[in-house]
Amino acid sequence: MQAFDLIRPTDLPAAIAAMGKGRRFIAGGTDLLQLMKENIETPSALIDLDALALDGIGADGGGLMLGALARMADVAAHPAVRAEYPAISQALLSAASPQVRNMGTVGGNLLQRTRCVYFRDAAFPCNKRTPGAGCPAIAGQNRMLAILGGSADCIATHPSDLPVALAALEATVVMQGPNGTRRVPISDFYLLPGTTPGQETVLAPDEIITMIEVPASAWARRSAYVKLRDRASFEFALVAAAVALDVRDGTIAAARVALGGVAAKPWRAMAAEAALVGQKADGATFAQAAALATEGARPAGRNGFKVRLAQRAVARALGALV
Amino acid sequence: MGIIGAPIARVDGRAKVTGRARYAAEAAVPGAVHAVLVQSTIAAGVVLAVETAAAEGMPGVLAILTPQNAPRLADVRPQAQLVPNPTLQDATVAYNGQTIAVVVAETLQQAEAAAAHVRARYRADEAITEMGDDLADAYVPKNFRNGMRKPDSARGDADAAFNAAPVQISATYTTPVEHHNPMEPHATIARWDGDRLTVWTATQYVSGARATLARLLGIDAGNVRVICPFTGGGFGCKGTTWPPAVLAAMAARSVNRPVKLVLDRRQMYTSNGFRPRTLQKLRLGATPDGQIVSLRHDGFTQMSLGDFGEFAEPVGLASEMLYAVPNAAVTHRLVAVNQGLPTYMRAPGEASGSFALESAIDEMAAALNMDPLDLRLRNYAESDPHENRPFSSKALRECYRAGAEAFGWAQRPLAPRCLRDGDVLVGWGMATALYPINRSAAQATLRMGADGRVFVRSGTQEIGGGTYTTMAQVTAEALGVPVGQVTAQLGDSAWPHAPVSGGSQTSASVLNAVVAAADALRARLAALAGLDARQVQLAAGTLVGPDGTRLRIDVLLARHGLDTIEATAESVPGDEKQRFSLHSFGAHFVEVQVDPAIGRIRIARHVGAFDTGRVLNARTARSQAIGGIIYGYGMALLEKTEVDAETGRYVNANLSDYLVPVNADVPDIVTIFVEKPDRNANPLGVKGLGELPTVGVAAAVANAVYHATGRRVRDLPIRVEDVLA
Repeated sequence: MQAFDLIRPTDLPAAIAAMGKGRRFIAGGTDLLQLMKENIETPSALIDLDALALDGIGADGGGLMLGALARMADVAAHPAVRAEYPAISQALLSAASPQVRNMGTVGGNLLQRTRCVYFRDAAFPCNKRTPGAGCPAIAGQNRMLAILGGSADCIATHPSDLPVALAALEATVVMQGPNGTRRVPISDFYLLPGTTPGQETVLAPDEIITMIEVPASAWARRSAYVKLRDRASFEFALVAAAVALDVRDGTIAAARVALGGVAAKPWRAMAAEAALVGQKADGATFAQAAALATEGARPAGRNGFKVRLAQRAVARALGALV
Repeated sequence: MGIIGAPIARVDGRAKVTGRARYAAEAAVPGAVHAVLVQSTIAAGVVLAVETAAAEGMPGVLAILTPQNAPRLADVRPQAQLVPNPTLQDATVAYNGQTIAVVVAETLQQAEAAAAHVRARYRADEAITEMGDDLADAYVPKNFRNGMRKPDSARGDADAAFNAAPVQISATYTTPVEHHNPMEPHATIARWDGDRLTVWTATQYVSGARATLARLLGIDAGNVRVICPFTGGGFGCKGTTWPPAVLAAMAARSVNRPVKLVLDRRQMYTSNGFRPRTLQKLRLGATPDGQIVSLRHDGFTQMSLGDFGEFAEPVGLASEMLYAVPNAAVTHRLVAVNQGLPTYMRAPGEASGSFALESAIDEMAAALNMDPLDLRLRNYAESDPHENRPFSSKALRECYRAGAEAFGWAQRPLAPRCLRDGDVLVGWGMATALYPINRSAAQATLRMGADGRVFVRSGTQEIGGGTYTTMAQVTAEALGVPVGQVTAQLGDSAWPHAPVSGGSQTSASVLNAVVAAADALRARLAALAGLDARQVQLAAGTLVGPDGTRLRIDVLLARHGLDTIEATAESVPGDEKQRFSLHSFGAHFVEVQVDPAIGRIRIARHVGAFDTGRVLNARTARSQAIGGIIYGYGMALLEKTEVDAETGRYVNANLSDYLVPVNADVPDIVTIFVEKPDRNANPLGVKGLGELPTVGVAAAVANAVYHATGRRVRDLPIRVEDVLA
């Protein structure tokens, strides 16, 4: 790790004003410190957001408002989240370990960097870190990597669980920067790698996520998150699925399906959703929809099984809702 | 039950869980500065130059050792148990992650920051980065088992018997590179006082570290003291004194300050060995009624192309003697690649070898349509068919029986895919465990005070198995004092010599020395009392004479003007190795649940039954057994060090991407000890338990997966894609 200055602003405008080249915001620090130890990130200064009063959790009939600095553990345990947005609680509880969830914030979790092992080892070239350097992952150890949305430059996946649930529940990310506040649907928040894999989100360097908004809905109330991995706990997803259904008299009125662990962003499976709406909420429907969830998949060599596995995760998650 | 065997809590448990147990890196050494390793990013070639100018100008930097400027060592010839390289003695690079520089700075942060600014220029040569399936260049080990065993063995005519056998199994099994991953990383603090060196280091062998450091640094062993009161797990990677300890001493000499060198987790994958990749070809021939008439086991294991010494994983030794097979052939070959030197890792040889052997036995049982346990009993070896000697003791049949009964094995349907829990496939598998009984010369000192307190001291190590506790227990029983009055001291090379805490030999070696020292102490007390040592006993602070009269020891000592009385004794192996085949045994019975739709494998139940001779502490023994079994779960389902084929660099050298089991992976484990003290093996009758429970777990799990799914997985670890429907 390289030496750095620590700046501790006490309000949001001061934090935004403190941002400059080579500086990074730090919240829970559960990811950034790892990257700094590996010399993947070498900020000259860290701007500590801890003193900002952005950790509130609010819920009313209109929706859920998560302060960006709310701890993962607190959000997961919140009664309204558990009752009205179960996929969010389940996704958070499937992430990391209790110790990490006590430190990690929901805003920071949206910005966790990929777990691609090549990205995280400075000895390897990486297009994400240095544009044009090359990507040894594509022909290398790619078992964990993307099957959807990858490019010739990058097949990294987004590792977090929470954004997958947020994508299914159509959350909005609220950001504040020098020019004011922006609200971006989470489906537009993440970027696919294309030829610029270093640009992972639409968040500008001097913007801070202040809040995550989740609209209340019938399908949010009937939602679930299924995460599949080698180890029973404390591991990133091979694949994950967040699903949500509005079922009326046995018929699906609305459906949301998002996949995790398969792409650089939470992957909304629109074709699967379309196959669910208007159908009976039963195993046959779920299997048909699940088969469409990975439409367009292009595995990398060692991760071909993830295509089938992702479909199974969808079917399993849907099955948990009825 | 006496004090020996009692399930007393670890005497050092409270210190360990409250942080008061001081590990090597925590020793308070005033003035210590910090060293950080820089490691290569190519797999083969030469370091043309290490560019240090930028780093040297950074705050706090005291020195940067490189192949160009590092002090020369006295003797860098590799030999058994001594790995002199890579210690910056030349510019050759033989693997990715080889140490090429050491940065020393006032603080750890300064050293780490500077290390990131050290750049190497290389001439990269073509590298063989992985041991693949091409075995054309495989060669015979030059120094198999340090010359104690032959790499090849044969009895009868295995090939002819195989060809004539009505039922044949021929299969190839592979196991990956695995790393030990002790919680405590390798750590050393080295301090020179003139030409005297004191080293605090994480080791399984303080005396070995002293000998290695003295030899490489060219100083007298009497001038080296190695201190290690606690070792935070070793599993074999702290058995040999690896280069980082030597580099710490070199760096301390260079900067004339005490130097602390602690590996980071990534460096733990490239600095102190690993379990090598193996490829094992098994051929079994049997008669239709289940008599195995031929067994052939050809083992190929990974070695290093570097000049670091030799390590050959002895995968076939169990196959030589586990079953009463008349025709058997075993070979061991090495395949050298551009990776570091492999080393001992918990049950080296037996762990990976038994995966192949005990999977093949299961395959044979399936081919014969026979229960796998019945097949093993049908071929039970009453004596060692390889060494042609009786076993010192063998209660494997009792392990099979007790384990099978506790598990309910008799209810197992013969065919696979017969047991279900809804959509989940259930399978039952079993395998045999075995491990040699080892014992080496060891010394111990006992000192008894007039106040009744006893100190027992030996230069052995506590690596997690409970040695402080069992030393205290054996001492207490031998001297007739409460265990609370005994203080065990260990982990210092200045103390009476003890062997490496490896090969599951600590109890058999050190605790027999404690018994011998107790005998010597009793003799000294008897002499003070003018009695015949053979006719006295010690009990409750008194010397009990042949007529039952009791003489208080404090009175006896006072009469002779003594505050304390001390005795040292050595215990050495006898001729048991010539007379007997020495092995501990066990059996694993495992239930797995496989959800084929999502490829999920979970271990649901486990019964492990062990013939480990005398049990010294029922609680620490169970702890060893479940720990060893969980180690086996990692091998079966999770652990694999992944290599980038292009660069030969490990890509998952961390505890996030290299998976070891977590609590959620571990079911309730039933452990059974078929306790039969083995007096043929050593006076205490202990057989060793550190490694035995790991052996056979991977095969038992694989066999259970087969029974659940009908899929035979011969390549570890068994993962989602192997069972996904």
